[in-house]
Amino acid sequence: MTALEINDLNVWFGHAHDRVDAVKGACLSVNQGESFGLVGESGSGKSTILRAITGLAPQWSGTIRVEGEALSGAKRDRRFFRTVQMVFQDPYASLHPRHTVDQVLSETLHLHGLDNIDQRVKGLLNDVGLGQRFRFRYPHQLSGGQRQRVAIARALAGEPDILLLDEPTSALDVSVQAEVLNLLTDLRRQRGLTYLMVSHDLPVIAHMCDQLAVMRNGEIVEVMSSETLRVGTPEHPYSQELLQASVAV
Amino acid sequence: MSDMTLRQWLLTDEPTSRRHARLASLYKGWLTLRSNSMAMVGLAILVILVLTAVFAPIIAPQDPFVQDLSSRLLPIGAEGHLLGTDSLGRDILSRLIYGARITLYIVALVALIAPVAGLLVGTVAGYAGGWADVILMRITDIFLAFPRLVLALAFVAALGAGIENAVLAISLTAWPPYARMARAETLTIRSTDYINAIRLQGAGPLRIITRHIWPLCISSLIVRVTLDMAGIILAAAGLGFLGLGAQPPSPEWGAMISEGRRFILDHWWVATVPGLAIFTVSLAFNLLGDGLRDALDPKDGGQ
Repeated sequence: MTALEINDLNVWFGHAHDRVDAVKGACLSVNQGESFGLVGESGSGKSTILRAITGLAPQWSGTIRVEGEALSGAKRDRRFFRTVQMVFQDPYASLHPRHTVDQVLSETLHLHGLDNIDQRVKGLLNDVGLGQRFRFRYPHQLSGGQRQRVAIARALAGEPDILLLDEPTSALDVSVQAEVLNLLTDLRRQRGLTYLMVSHDLPVIAHMCDQLAVMRNGEIVEVMSSETLRVGTPEHPYSQELLQASVAV
Repeated sequence: MSDMTLRQWLLTDEPTSRRHARLASLYKGWLTLRSNSMAMVGLAILVILVLTAVFAPIIAPQDPFVQDLSSRLLPIGAEGHLLGTDSLGRDILSRLIYGARITLYIVALVALIAPVAGLLVGTVAGYAGGWADVILMRITDIFLAFPRLVLALAFVAALGAGIENAVLAISLTAWPPYARMARAETLTIRSTDYINAIRLQGAGPLRIITRHIWPLCISSLIVRVTLDMAGIILAAAGLGFLGLGAQPPSPEWGAMISEGRRFILDHWWVATVPGLAIFTVSLAFNLLGDGLRDALDPKDGGQ
């Protein structure tokens, strides 16, 4: 079954003269339980696709289907938020500076109409590898990796099926990156989640994803399996260029 | 926890409950404030002002309203009248002490009305955007365009002289800057990822504004209010001086200056002493506001 299907998606910002087309005619589909990667350089429109899905980029055309249901406009209903959640790029900016971890998670659980909040907060903290002692800390008392774990716990609170990951590790140290990626891999296996992951880091995508799409200037230039990437035989010249640049580093 | 002092308990990085986390964060703010000695001077003056107002009947040596024409315009240090007497022979020190109540009353009322109104208008305009923003902000601009004291004068003239109307008039002229500030803060906050994140959990605008935007606006608002308090006290005194605020025989400080103005050359203390009181309290509010800015700044995450 297809968890997420995008057809001929165009996303733009601004009006008339100032209009910038961030995504042009993108098509992709992600099966249930699959992990799909979006790669490309900065400004290629990878994150914009995620923002269009979640309604944060309101100007778009084309079709987006989540578990078979088509979305429209920028409004999303409660059911959508129970199905799709997002982890943001910068864990330093995605947590409210005046809310403790406990407040963040409790409020999210409350918004999803779940009961037994106390127990669930404890469970979530354990699931993302943070102990109970982190529960009443403020974000400034946490490291970047710990913050991102809190952000992941928040995304998982409503027990979604699909997780959109917007460069979840790019703001973190290399050693912490691996920890967070392993956590994400484990969570996917345990909960049968579907991932749509954005990254400019090819090794990360190759490690995490089954399929990936290469983007340039708002267009998807090639969709391939990560096996193809590992063997090093992408077809499109831009994909080869990207691969070579990544190997050189 | 038995081998832990209260201080260690408050400064821990690992709070064990919601209450603990809140107390710890308050205590850290207090430590920042305490390290600013000028702010502590301001705070001390304001605490003394509040105590004076509360215990006025006990502290005041004389009745502030009793006239004694045989001992009028006595100089500072006269027997039984530490700060002298005014033109009707009333003890200036006693009047100052009772005047603290009126000053605090004005300050408290304005501090309750103006920032709350400004916060509401500013955050709604900033978060809603579009037409709501345009309409609310143009109204704010209209209020901002009037000179403050002139607008207050007009309100008092329309509503009648008196301390309540003076407070109302000052509040009506004081809210626009708060609205502007709250709107500017809201505009930067509304596009941050933590607001996007809570929107993705299905939170509505009301929850986002009251639970997520207000807590971040309020600290800078508090700072601004304390800095504005000096201006508010002066505006109240100005209205009193013009005879449109507190009415005689009420010992409002501005009205006292106004009465003393007639004798300013021969009996300077009658106008100067309440003037010094206004100066001291205004300065105290400014000093405290400056310290609060450091202690409450949300940008450093409460550290």
